[in-house]
Amino acid sequence: MGPFLEVLIGGLLTGVLYSLVALGFVLIFKASGVFNFAQGAMVLFAALSLVRFLEVMPLWAALLGSAALMVALAVVIERVVLRPLVNQEPIILFMSTLGITFFIDGFGQSLFGSDVYPLDVGIPKDPIFIAENTFEGGLLVDQVDLWAAVVAGLLVLVLALFFQRTRIGRALRAVADDHQAAQSVGIPLNQIWVIVWSVAGLVALVAGIMWGTKLGVQFSIALVALKALPVLILGGLTSVPGAIVGGLLIGAGEKLAEVYFGPIIGGGIENWFAYMLALAILLFRPQGLFGERIIERV
Amino acid sequence: MRSWKVGTALVGAALAALGAAPASAQTEQFIPHLVYRTGPYAPNGIPFANGVADYYNLLNERDGGINGVKIVFEECETAYATDRGVECYERLKNKGNGAPYFMPLSTGITFALMEKGTADKIPIVTMGYGRSETAAGAFFPYVFPIVGTYWTAADIALKYIGQKEGGIEKLKGKKISLVYHDSPYGREPITLLQARAKDYGYTFDALPVTHPGVEQKATWLQIRRNRPDWVLLWGWGVMNSTAIKEAAAVGYPRDKMIGVWWSGAEPDVEPAGEGAKGYNALMLQHGAGQYAVHRDILKYVYDKGKGAGEKDKVGEVLYNRGLVNAMFSIEALRVAQEKFGKGKPINGEQMQWGLEHLNVTAERIRELGFEGMIGPLKLSCQDHEGAQIGRIHQWDGKKWNIISDFIEADRQYIHKMYEETAKKYAAEKGIQPRDCSKVS
Repeated sequence: MGPFLEVLIGGLLTGVLYSLVALGFVLIFKASGVFNFAQGAMVLFAALSLVRFLEVMPLWAALLGSAALMVALAVVIERVVLRPLVNQEPIILFMSTLGITFFIDGFGQSLFGSDVYPLDVGIPKDPIFIAENTFEGGLLVDQVDLWAAVVAGLLVLVLALFFQRTRIGRALRAVADDHQAAQSVGIPLNQIWVIVWSVAGLVALVAGIMWGTKLGVQFSIALVALKALPVLILGGLTSVPGAIVGGLLIGAGEKLAEVYFGPIIGGGIENWFAYMLALAILLFRPQGLFGERIIERV
Repeated sequence: MRSWKVGTALVGAALAALGAAPASAQTEQFIPHLVYRTGPYAPNGIPFANGVADYYNLLNERDGGINGVKIVFEECETAYATDRGVECYERLKNKGNGAPYFMPLSTGITFALMEKGTADKIPIVTMGYGRSETAAGAFFPYVFPIVGTYWTAADIALKYIGQKEGGIEKLKGKKISLVYHDSPYGREPITLLQARAKDYGYTFDALPVTHPGVEQKATWLQIRRNRPDWVLLWGWGVMNSTAIKEAAAVGYPRDKMIGVWWSGAEPDVEPAGEGAKGYNALMLQHGAGQYAVHRDILKYVYDKGKGAGEKDKVGEVLYNRGLVNAMFSIEALRVAQEKFGKGKPINGEQMQWGLEHLNVTAERIRELGFEGMIGPLKLSCQDHEGAQIGRIHQWDGKKWNIISDFIEADRQYIHKMYEETAKKYAAEKGIQPRDCSKVS
């Protein structure tokens, strides 16, 4: 029972780290109807900027600098890419985010370097062991993952308040429902897009800090976005709680599958298992577990 | 601040590549240079690429090229992706007087280029990687896994474990796990480790990690559960540092881990911080450090502002591997020039002859400034590997320290495996092996 619980806990906590990236996708989709493929690249860009700023300034200044850079990036994206595409089909906007991905990936590495940069923002890294009296050797819990869970919890709380209780939050939801209708009632679309991309940039910074602490800041953290995709399929593209629950299910599911089914079929299954799990859910709930059910009259 | 220069270097490298003139003149030798300076494996690809580039530039700046033939090289970015590697090969194979050789730095790309290189008569030089049985030169005339294959590496690792356990017979009853990159590269040592498990009586299990290897929790929780006596690590790029971090997280002793020589460089351990202390890795003979050749590189290349990377990274493990790989390839090119025309560019077919007649003696190694870094190498039609020795180094948190003498793999045993496997491959592909006694 001990090893099972250990894998389960490890999987759930890893899932929270996936959720952190998935949250950025959800935010932009929820508020603008755009599936932002560049979220992984934004995580890398934010983390790279932070770790390089830390070489020349204290943590608080580096955090502010990176946050400012992400806001600046949002402004540039809105001006250069999104503004000319207002009222275009969602697929056109999606394709534009593919372009943004390649640009940010290359630009970030050209500007900040392609090396591996260790990131230490003071998060304890030693594992802790719980229930040592119940299970031999105790149950191992990774402290970085634990902190990620705390941060993700706080982030969800803040975002929920932002969307539900603030004027801007309501405006964001209105824009997501219908660009033209929102514009017709006086909601400034361009301004809203800058805000939502900025918020997604800040979420990317948080995700970048956690993944950078775990892996070191390097190109590979951009690929973590691929792990967020099954989370989104499972949780639904428009639900913040869905991103969290989806992350937990994917994290736990893939780890348990790898440990208990992997050896039977040669191992290395966790990547595709996550997608299989998400696809299986799609068969029964095409909108994901928490996504909005879309009914269109034709 | 120093690594801010990386961006500038990248732009410079791109401009240099764009500006590289076609090597059509008889006084220029075109050499393609497959690199990965972007993507998840860039931290490991960059130092290697810089070592190769700096060696070519050294020869141009110090010696005026190879016997007066200036080296013109062009980088092609593969991002460690097989499709892009093949694209680079196709684009560059006919450039100049024809590419004399390719060094893909990827087992996946090597697998894809083996048959193409043979058909086009262009050698694929895979120093310390690639497909192990290609060392049997009679079957694979255009593939050269010089200095060591993965079967050699695995055998050296087992011999080292035997030394630490008090004798190879003490492996009986031990548990050895392989954590490997789930790719042709990572799967390569499994054949030998399984065969040796029968000989030595240890229990062997192999745990794959999917590309790029950022998520390994499940793997290391299995290690924690199974508690193997030793863990062999066959990773690349971010997979290595993640593995070491996860090993630390589950409390697996790092001094019971042995990485292959592609899992034992600075980018593999530095991100893991204190957790990497005590971690061991095989050396493809050389490790980190500066030797006579480095002094020339600093003087003739870096002091003239022509260095490919940062000055303080000259002498890192993978930088040195790039140097060694370039040096052996160029030495074979010199051999080919001796035969086919000194002071003339060499094509792939001539280079193949040069490689099969390569004999870099200890004296020549000293002349080249590589003494203490790498040993002699002699290739032949039968043997495309040439050397089967390695050492172990250990990371102390700041630098690599060599902790073993040279260990030689079981040559007879491994060559028998090469022959048997190559015969199967030849039967599948309908290849008629050469009679090396008739090859001049």
